[in-house]
Amino acid sequence: MTDLLGQTLAAARDGLKAKAFSAAELTDAHLVAMEGARSLNAFITETPEMARAMAKASDGRLATGDAGPLEGIPLGIKDLYCTEGTRTTAGSRILDGFVPPYESSITTQLWRDGAVMLGKLNLDEFAMGSSNETSYFGPVTSPWKRRGSNAGLVPGGSSGGSAAAVAARLCLGATATDTGGSIRQPAAFTGTVGIKPTYGRCSRFGVVAFASSLDQAGPITRTVRDSAILLRSMAGHDPKDSTSADVAVPDFEAAVGTSVKGKVIGIPKEYRLAGMPAEIEALWQQGIAWLKAAGAEIRDITLPHTQYALPAYYIVAPAEASSNLARYDGVRYGLRVPGRDIADQYGRTRAEGFGREVRRRVMIGTYVLSAGYYDAFYVKAQQIRTLIKRDFEAVYADGVDAILTPATPSAAFGIGEKGSGDPVEMYLNDIFTVTVNMAGLPGLAVPAGTSADGLPLGLQLIGRPFDEDTLFALGEVMEQAAPKVVLPERWWS
Amino acid sequence: MSVDQATVRRIATLARIAVTDEEVPHLQGELNAILRFVAELDAVDVTGVEPMTSVTPMALPLRPDAVTAGGIADKVMRNAPASEDGYFVVPKVIE
Repeated sequence: MTDLLGQTLAAARDGLKAKAFSAAELTDAHLVAMEGARSLNAFITETPEMARAMAKASDGRLATGDAGPLEGIPLGIKDLYCTEGTRTTAGSRILDGFVPPYESSITTQLWRDGAVMLGKLNLDEFAMGSSNETSYFGPVTSPWKRRGSNAGLVPGGSSGGSAAAVAARLCLGATATDTGGSIRQPAAFTGTVGIKPTYGRCSRFGVVAFASSLDQAGPITRTVRDSAILLRSMAGHDPKDSTSADVAVPDFEAAVGTSVKGKVIGIPKEYRLAGMPAEIEALWQQGIAWLKAAGAEIRDITLPHTQYALPAYYIVAPAEASSNLARYDGVRYGLRVPGRDIADQYGRTRAEGFGREVRRRVMIGTYVLSAGYYDAFYVKAQQIRTLIKRDFEAVYADGVDAILTPATPSAAFGIGEKGSGDPVEMYLNDIFTVTVNMAGLPGLAVPAGTSADGLPLGLQLIGRPFDEDTLFALGEVMEQAAPKVVLPERWWS
Repeated sequence: MSVDQATVRRIATLARIAVTDEEVPHLQGELNAILRFVAELDAVDVTGVEPMTSVTPMALPLRPDAVTAGGIADKVMRNAPASEDGYFVVPKVIE
């Protein structure tokens, strides 16, 4: 009997084609797992009826030979993607009762390719957070625990529900989004694989906006191959998003398993932080050794403006967020808190509808864009962004094919452990990932080992624009070389 | 650069977020922590550097100036907290 839940997306796809099990059986097994895992709080909305209907339709297409590339594959959808007729919350109270009258372009493509929706996944409110603790619907608990401890851990964020659901085997893959590290950090925290593709690779149409020049969608899965499969269906040019790139989508899966001999891997010295745990440094050295053993050439490089990426991000991202979130006015959709006049109604609606972190970021964004400060903050941050991008362009022009760094400065931390006093403490989680968003590059997080207390640790591969293929090839080498990820036993059901 | 309490109130008004008197000192502290963090950028010389306007080199696509969507007023109105005869209802704006 096949382990319907424990298998990879690729294996499930092949099993469905070989009629080893039906799409209905596969979906039912995942629905049971999802319902049994409510204590993790990974899903905000479960859609079992829709899932069963979609699986039934998939079985029909599998029978007639009309199966799409994701036919019958049960997925979780981050609740930042608009789904027609299914409540979409963005993890916020301000979208109270919002049922989108349209479908995001990415999910449209997933259903076109035969995928099945299990439900909508929890996230930090408007994707603003690194621990999934800012969600109006409560934090997500990671399926992982420290060795010898029962303390609840965060799955990372903002795509915390996506990462937790994939690691807990509640779905075969999940959609996610990444503005400063929100795919790669939760993937690293949960022993899963996540890729933030090149800016413009996936359409942003119908994905609730946070910071439009940084936001990019991507998958979280249990293997590199599964990410390649899912990304192919998610990617592609979309006339409804003016920043969507009109470039061909390769068969990413074909790159998995190709040789990396002769590839030049840059190791940036600026990612070696003072006070970084020894186990992160050791993991990085291990990754270097694996790629070297596979025939890659390792080269020390410098990306001199790295340290300025995170502070510049905390100007650019809140500025764009304050502009994007201006639409939540209590008039056209979502929560309305009545006031004595319209201005009072706006103020009350937004004070009650937005959580603490979102209010803080909207206010910072408003400040840096306000008269007299725009040049000193916003323009300067965009100038620094140019310098960060030039750093990468220079090393790529010198023949570097990809860059290897740690994915996060530590393993997962406990719920309630960070950021309560000083918001900056939480922001530092994204120190290795945020440069990639600032430069619009693709970045892949791959599990590479475990911490002293048994938690997953990940490494990050950064690629050239629109060269996700190289990341998938290198990621597969690391996945094969790394100790096999042993996902936690199901203590939650 | 740091903000005083009057500035915090002014930002909140601009952002259309109501704040209570008790919240102001907390917000002031949090906003100043973020401003201290971004002050690191003062060390960077950006003379002559173009501010980024597009992370990937691309021209903004154009399309014929024609109606491509419409006739969906019911869908547009469906999520409104208050509406009447195809209009959004708001508190009286002009006395």
